Amino acid sequence: MVRVIVDGTPVDVPPDFSALQACEAAGKEIPRFCYHERLSVAGNCRMCLVQVARAPKPVASCGFPVSEGMEILTDTEVVRRARRAVMEFLLINHPLDCPICDQGGECDLQDQAYGYGTGISRYHEAKRAVTDKDIGPLVKTVMTRCIQCTRCVRFTTEVAGTPELGMVFRGENAEITTYVEKALTSELSGNLIDVCPVGALTSKPAAFHGRSWEYKKTDSIDVMDAVGTNIQVHARSGEVMRIVPRVNDEVNEEWLSDKGRFSIDGLKRRRLDRPWVRVHGKLVEASWQDAFVALARRLDGVAGYQIGAVAGDLCDAESLCALKDLMAALGSPNVDCRQDNAWYDLTSREGYLFNSGITGIGEADVLLLVGTHPRHEAPVLNARIRKRFLAAGRGHFPIGMIGQPPTDPTYDVTVLGDGPEALGALQAGGSEFAEAFRKAKRPMIILGHGALTRPDAAGIYAACQTLLSQGEAVAEGWQGLNILHTAASRVAGLDLGLVPGLRGRSASGMLRGGVDILWLLGADEFPVDKIGTETFVVYQGHHGDAAAARADIILPGAAYTEKPGTYVNTEGRVQRSFRAVFPPGEAREDWRILRAFSEVLGKTLPYDTLEAVRERMAAINPVFRQGGGGLQPAAQIAGQGTSAPAAAASVSAPEGRVEAGAFRPVVRDYYLTNAISRASPTMAECSRVYGPAAAVAAE
Amino acid sequence: MNTQQAQPDSFVFDSASEAEIVVALSKYPPERKASAVMPLLYIAQRQMGRLTGSAWVPVVAMDEIARRLGMAAIRVYEVASFYTMFNTKPVGRYHLQVCTTTPCWLRGSDDVVAACKRATGITAFGETSADGQFTLTQVECLGACSNAPILQVDDDYYEDMDGPRTVALIESLRKGERPPAGPTINRSGSAPEGGRKTLMDPVHSISENK
Ligand code: SF4
Ligand code: FES
Ligand code: FES
Repeated sequence: MVRVIVDGTPVDVPPDFSALQACEAAGKEIPRFCYHERLSVAGNCRMCLVQVARAPKPVASCGFPVSEGMEILTDTEVVRRARRAVMEFLLINHPLDCPICDQGGECDLQDQAYGYGTGISRYHEAKRAVTDKDIGPLVKTVMTRCIQCTRCVRFTTEVAGTPELGMVFRGENAEITTYVEKALTSELSGNLIDVCPVGALTSKPAAFHGRSWEYKKTDSIDVMDAVGTNIQVHARSGEVMRIVPRVNDEVNEEWLSDKGRFSIDGLKRRRLDRPWVRVHGKLVEASWQDAFVALARRLDGVAGYQIGAVAGDLCDAESLCALKDLMAALGSPNVDCRQDNAWYDLTSREGYLFNSGITGIGEADVLLLVGTHPRHEAPVLNARIRKRFLAAGRGHFPIGMIGQPPTDPTYDVTVLGDGPEALGALQAGGSEFAEAFRKAKRPMIILGHGALTRPDAAGIYAACQTLLSQGEAVAEGWQGLNILHTAASRVAGLDLGLVPGLRGRSASGMLRGGVDILWLLGADEFPVDKIGTETFVVYQGHHGDAAAARADIILPGAAYTEKPGTYVNTEGRVQRSFRAVFPPGEAREDWRILRAFSEVLGKTLPYDTLEAVRERMAAINPVFRQGGGGLQPAAQIAGQGTSAPAAAASVSAPEGRVEAGAFRPVVRDYYLTNAISRASPTMAECSRVYGPAAAVAAE
Repeated sequence: MNTQQAQPDSFVFDSASEAEIVVALSKYPPERKASAVMPLLYIAQRQMGRLTGSAWVPVVAMDEIARRLGMAAIRVYEVASFYTMFNTKPVGRYHLQVCTTTPCWLRGSDDVVAACKRATGITAFGETSADGQFTLTQVECLGACSNAPILQVDDDYYEDMDGPRTVALIESLRKGERPPAGPTINRSGSAPEGGRKTLMDPVHSISENK
């Protein structure tokens, strides 16, 4: 620690702090444009000038290292004049178009001009104008507004790992561009909108749709992948206007994937807003009462084992819990939350979690990716891997990959093979990567669904365990085996035991005609035409996707922005979201639908309030007791999860052999992976521009 | 800026360039080979001059350099566009670069500019003459103010210029001749015109030092 004196107050800060960070630690606000906590220091805007005792002139605090006994003055006449001058320079070429600028109201330039500027300009010459750039369907550019802070250049280069933006030409002609006109290829490009301090980079789909101060802001959790990104839903008059990330250093830092940010126009399209019942082969609108009665009549006399339920990828834990309880009440052992038929080691919670935790990526010293391409499956988590890769420096964080990456992973990988055979080769050792893995203190394996959805998943899992157990120097308490989920609801489903019970059928068994009545809770990610023609299908969900078209009864549910919910991310972190808007029309919260129907059946589920459902969830698995802000790494909760009913499920022990054959990509088209994104015109446009994942073409 | 305009579809370094690249790369440690970006851009520009008569760096050449040096293409675009010595647009066979910074201007760079325009038919800076032979560019101080005004043709400085000598130079260039670079008046380097003017007496200067 170093002691510095900020405006007369001593503070102790780490020696690698900059003067700006020291001032913040002392509670002083330092205006800045180019400095960003999560990017490298550029020091080119000069807004952060402060006075340092004995320095001959003001210094840019963002790039000025602290030293013992340094005296910093942040509020002297010299500093105030310096800031006014910098503001005046920045505004020389900045247009006065705040009234028509989408950044208005949340613009650093506006705020700081108001706080630190002079309020008048002495500049009467012509302002420069810069042509706008087309950088894809998501980010709109108004380049005349750019103040050349280069945050966007540093973000794409450092965090996103897609160095495509740069500052070309110089001086008066300098501009931010891709030079050759092209769309940014990052799955994180939406973050540029947040990173840009002015209105140069704004949201293209949301252009001219609203003002930041009009929105009602609700904390929520992203369900587009299993990272559990903390988000805030901004709504106006019952409509979701935009989604922005919230800061959570343990999960998403302050980033959000493009699908999470821009799928929202899908929330307004293809919605199921009233119940439908199939009459003489045609779906007709119905009231809740009629739909329930029709369904109850159909269920009458059907044996429990003839009924089955499959839960989809976007469900909240509450509805999963109610679905499981309803199936139990109907006497059915057929329930599954794995519509992709993935295999997990269900004997303990570690068997299906990202055990190192997302922050654990920062501690790992070698990484092996098996049947996964995190860039498409969890872009925000991929940014962590890249961060670790950059922090370690060239060659110090070896990353091996089994399976071909369909696109650049954004870090250097050694492709060790196409399929599970490569694991055997690694166990045998010999290769450079195998040696690095064996010697590592914190070796990490990320096992994806490219491997887990194969028939030999158990063998692959066992091979990964063996490989880790061969480590010679593994640190005490380090858990290196990580499952990367892609479905937001999956871990909650497993925690609540939504797997087939005794002699129960799995999702694929149910689809193959194993049941007469199939209840789909938002399950769309499977070939619907595989459902037997005789099967009576109940679709409960929010979007009229493929499965709804096949359904005999449709029960309209709520999307993730329309209900309070609990989600468990891939590392087992229990997080809660709140309702931002109401579901459209007759649609209702899903657990309430299930509860209401249980009453019609005369098998009323024993809860009537959200609190009561959550009590019930906690009773099934104590993990849920810590919900609502209880955020701890998987490794800590893991032990308590052993009582999870998942353990009771009929599962094979992790053994078996592996078969040859290349891993298939988990995500075929990043932009179209669920019912919401498939309904979104923005995502459709992205899919058109960026094409389906290169892997599909290669097949 | 329209980078698509007149861009060739491909670019390969020829054997002469490859030999120069080997030399350029040998100056930097292999893991820092990106440092060779400026030499390589220059090699590419000279090759274009050699092979097409227009010394410039097309986007495909920058992409090739990025690939060779293991850097992102945009980083090469940034460097190439930052320095005015790299031409990112086609230029004429002869690139006339007139210094108009204060010392040259005081010594008559306006006449040089006017002469260039008159002799080539170019009307404004940045233009290429109708016959494709000459491009006229305004540049800032070339660091040779003692011989102001300067007209730089490609890599050569023609010094102590005036209007008539500029016209004469352009005429001989047009004929395919390259007059020797350097002062165009009777002086050697930046020594006084007509020879040495001071320290004429060797004895005197030595005795001073005693
Ligand atoms: S576009 Fe925005 S983030 Fe990028 S340099 Fe300009 S002001 Fe900064
Ligand atoms: S914030 Fe320090 S120079 Fe920009
Ligand atoms: S001013 Fe022309 S060379 Fe210096």
